[in-house]
Amino acid sequence: MQPTSSKKTPLTFDTIAPGQGLAAALKKSRADIIGEVSASNLRGRGGAGFPTGTKWNLAAAAQGQDGGAKYVVCNADEGEPGTFKDRVLLLEYTDLVFEGMTIAARAIGATKGILYLRGEYVYMRPHLDGVLAARRTAGQLGANILGTTGFTFDIDIRMGAGAYVCGEETALIESLEGHRGEPRNRPPFPVNTGFLGQPTVVNNVETLASVSAILAKGAAWFRAIGTEKSAGFKLFSVSGDCGAPGVYEFPLGITVAALLEKVGGTGAKAVQIGGASGVCVPASEFGRRIAFEDLATGGSIIVFGQGRDMLHVAKNFMEFFVEESCGQCTPCRAGNAKLLEGIEMLERGACSSAYLRELLNLCETMQLASKCGLGQSSPNAFVSIVTHFQDEILGRTAAAH
Amino acid sequence: MSGEVKAGADTSRAPSSQKIQQVHVGGDVMQLIGGQITVTIDGTDVKVPMGTTVLDAARRVGVRIPTLCHHPDLCVAGVCRVCVVEVEGQRALQAACAFPITSSLKVKTHTRKVRQARRHILDLLLSTHYGECYSCKRNNNCELQALAKEYGVDFYRFGHVTESQVPKDESSYSVVRDMDKCILCRRCVRTCIDIQEVGVLEAVGRSNKTRISTFLDKPLGDVVCINCGQCINRCPTGALHAADTSDEVWRAIDDPTKHVVIQTAPSPRAGIGECFGCEPGTPMTYQMNTALKLAGFDKVFDTNFSADLTIIEEGTELLGRLHKALVKGEPVAFPQFTSCSPGWVKYLEHFYPEYIPNLSSAKSPQQMFGAVIKTYYAKANNIDPKDIVTVALMPCSAKKFECNRPEMADSGFKDVDYGLTTREMAQMIKEAGIHLPDMPKGDFDDPFGTATGSGVIFGATGGVMEAALRTVIEFVCGVKVEKLFDHANIVPVRGFEGVKYVELPIANVSPEVPAIIRHLIPSFDFLKGATLKVAVAHGTANARRVMEDIKAGGKFSECHFIEFMGCPGGCIGGGGQPIPTSPEIRAARARAIYEEDAECAVRKSHENPSSTASSSPTAPAAT
Repeated sequence: MQPTSSKKTPLTFDTIAPGQGLAAALKKSRADIIGEVSASNLRGRGGAGFPTGTKWNLAAAAQGQDGGAKYVVCNADEGEPGTFKDRVLLLEYTDLVFEGMTIAARAIGATKGILYLRGEYVYMRPHLDGVLAARRTAGQLGANILGTTGFTFDIDIRMGAGAYVCGEETALIESLEGHRGEPRNRPPFPVNTGFLGQPTVVNNVETLASVSAILAKGAAWFRAIGTEKSAGFKLFSVSGDCGAPGVYEFPLGITVAALLEKVGGTGAKAVQIGGASGVCVPASEFGRRIAFEDLATGGSIIVFGQGRDMLHVAKNFMEFFVEESCGQCTPCRAGNAKLLEGIEMLERGACSSAYLRELLNLCETMQLASKCGLGQSSPNAFVSIVTHFQDEILGRTAAAH
Repeated sequence: MSGEVKAGADTSRAPSSQKIQQVHVGGDVMQLIGGQITVTIDGTDVKVPMGTTVLDAARRVGVRIPTLCHHPDLCVAGVCRVCVVEVEGQRALQAACAFPITSSLKVKTHTRKVRQARRHILDLLLSTHYGECYSCKRNNNCELQALAKEYGVDFYRFGHVTESQVPKDESSYSVVRDMDKCILCRRCVRTCIDIQEVGVLEAVGRSNKTRISTFLDKPLGDVVCINCGQCINRCPTGALHAADTSDEVWRAIDDPTKHVVIQTAPSPRAGIGECFGCEPGTPMTYQMNTALKLAGFDKVFDTNFSADLTIIEEGTELLGRLHKALVKGEPVAFPQFTSCSPGWVKYLEHFYPEYIPNLSSAKSPQQMFGAVIKTYYAKANNIDPKDIVTVALMPCSAKKFECNRPEMADSGFKDVDYGLTTREMAQMIKEAGIHLPDMPKGDFDDPFGTATGSGVIFGATGGVMEAALRTVIEFVCGVKVEKLFDHANIVPVRGFEGVKYVELPIANVSPEVPAIIRHLIPSFDFLKGATLKVAVAHGTANARRVMEDIKAGGKFSECHFIEFMGCPGGCIGGGGQPIPTSPEIRAARARAIYEEDAECAVRKSHENPSSTASSSPTAPAAT
């Protein structure tokens, strides 16, 4: 059963006619396609914000082993708690996503694309397969796409199996190869040595849809939206204690306060920006901007009302990470469990401030020494909540709980 | 040496998450990879080839970076994170073992962040590492313990488990898994999947529930483990160790009604010195003879004697098979495979059972000696075999399994009662208050005191083949092997290359067939002008390569005789040898063995005066 759309605002994607971006791209040289994407300042919509044009350039320049294939992978493993915007794109703007993959393939010289779909999104399979079939019939996938001699590209769908870490691009690739979903050592990066050891671009669903829009309307149009360092519009998955949770589009650079106003969340106690791996922003900092230069996010916004117990919030996030760490590297495997233990000690009023300081130091170690982004970002919520809500968290007693 | 163990990007079967990968750079890859690049490590400049890891670059300038999941034989995992360093321009710390240098870098190895991270990582590992150091097999030879000391760990910052979380797995005759001590470095996983291509160990579960396990969590004794013990040799802690039977051996020594006989294989003598602080490759053959007598063994024999028997059996079996195939036209399994390595034998049984007929029917030297002692020796010395306890000092964990195989009791008694590893014997010698290197030299006991150089070189990869060729060539060609190869050193089958292949044309044959095989083969004429094709493989990953080639009908399928050893480097790299191991250490042990061979008065098995005297009674297994 398909859920009804959770869109709360019209999206810019409504104004992009499917096919427009790809048609424009096929009129350009490969270098010019990448040039256009670079000029738009588009940065990865999954949350890390790596410049898409730069990624494509590296993949285009990389040489596969034995002249082998290059790959475009769409990361549709939308698993960050509080994120559900890719769901809208995959169901309602499907063509723009596949079109973005096709444009990426044209740009880097890939012949094969893979949509890595979150296991829980299996209900989308018939719809996505149908769109792929239609695109093949229309000559938008397959050999000599839209009459462009020598441009051959097709897309497969592969299902994830439910591990959060597989949203990390190298773990995703491991999973695609049939191994345990565990991140690889980087460098080398997937643009050099990705799926099956070949140059691979891994882009988020929204990034690829945005590429279609950029090619359709031009880099200048896109850059005019947002801030200098965070160009364009962005989808947000808003949930929690607010009047109208759902999927919103705002230009990057919007303040937390302005966003809360639009979603009916004024008067919130705190907002978690960027999901479980993001940071918790207290009311005193609602003037900060949601943009790569300030509060970066893949789109997850969780609003906490005045009645929320912030220690409980932190515990919820840490329970998630203790469940989802892949267990490969020491800081993340053992560190998250120690942080959760610390929260349980805080609940009982049994955590000394000296030990809490040690745990905050441990957070720094995890952020610096973990192998991948999961362990590097999992302490963020703990650090920001402990820092901003120290009075609320400390001084509990077993009786009070 | 580089071909010995197949670590590295190109051949590793480990998932890419557990290895460093080849860097592809746009443009001329080879030129860039070959290029030199200058990096600055703690203020010191060093020029290294492109792609060198930060860890290797630091070692070049004498900067020590601690490691746990890194091992010189294995592909890089980058999972323990204890080697993290600061790389200028990178927000996060980088694992020195896994960071390839592709541009000029500035690296700092002991900043506040780095020191804090290392302490935290050690503290985290110790928080779940159950067991006390003084009751651990690896006490004073444990990498975790050494790092805890190096980094001044004086309290358990993040707590410490106080009771066992996982029962020990003691189901295997060879390998004990004590997962309470596991730090999840995955060296065992990479060893099993990569060096040996057996793959019985894998990480299962997630997060802090991750553990190293077997297929369906079965006990190790019930899965396709080949008992090679290579995982033990690479475990940084006491999580893996051999199943120790030294207490039983002490009991036998203490029992006045028992006649306790020990045979010592060639490889332990080349390695045991390491347990007493000697450099790798320091031979301890004769000091050990004295020490074992002092420790209480009634007789000390040299397994090389039965290695010589093995050669005569396997050599004549080969000639017999050739004669059957070429002259009588009978169906015979070729190539003939060596059967000395119990790890290899079990590997073949599990993975290529259809080739069991290709195994030589000869027992391994360990088992042959056991049978000789409980039959010929017992009779000759008028001792009831039930009162004899035979102990085998082996470089091997799989020998413990082998001596417990139910079919290994031809004498009516268990041929070999206990197999001890080099490590366990070093422990027993220490317990007897003996400092081995200080011992005066002593001889092996008669009647099997005489062994040849051919027996000694069994310890190194290619050794069995060389020994067999010395005998077979001389039998067939009727000329001294020294006339064909300088000092009887058949160099083409030596060395650590993973797989070796040699062709030996037989121009002329001897008109006389030696008496020992005349009943099988009346004449060697059928071999005139033939080419003997032989091969040598060590480590079961290399064995797999050869076996797959044979299945596909490749060049190895046309071989007549192939030596397979389960462990990298052969027995000198066995799973019972001193820890640590590395390509350099194994090469040093091999040197010690070849030196002993060169010093032997008799270097060919068939010229062993003792073996000709007693070979007939030991023949049941061979023909």
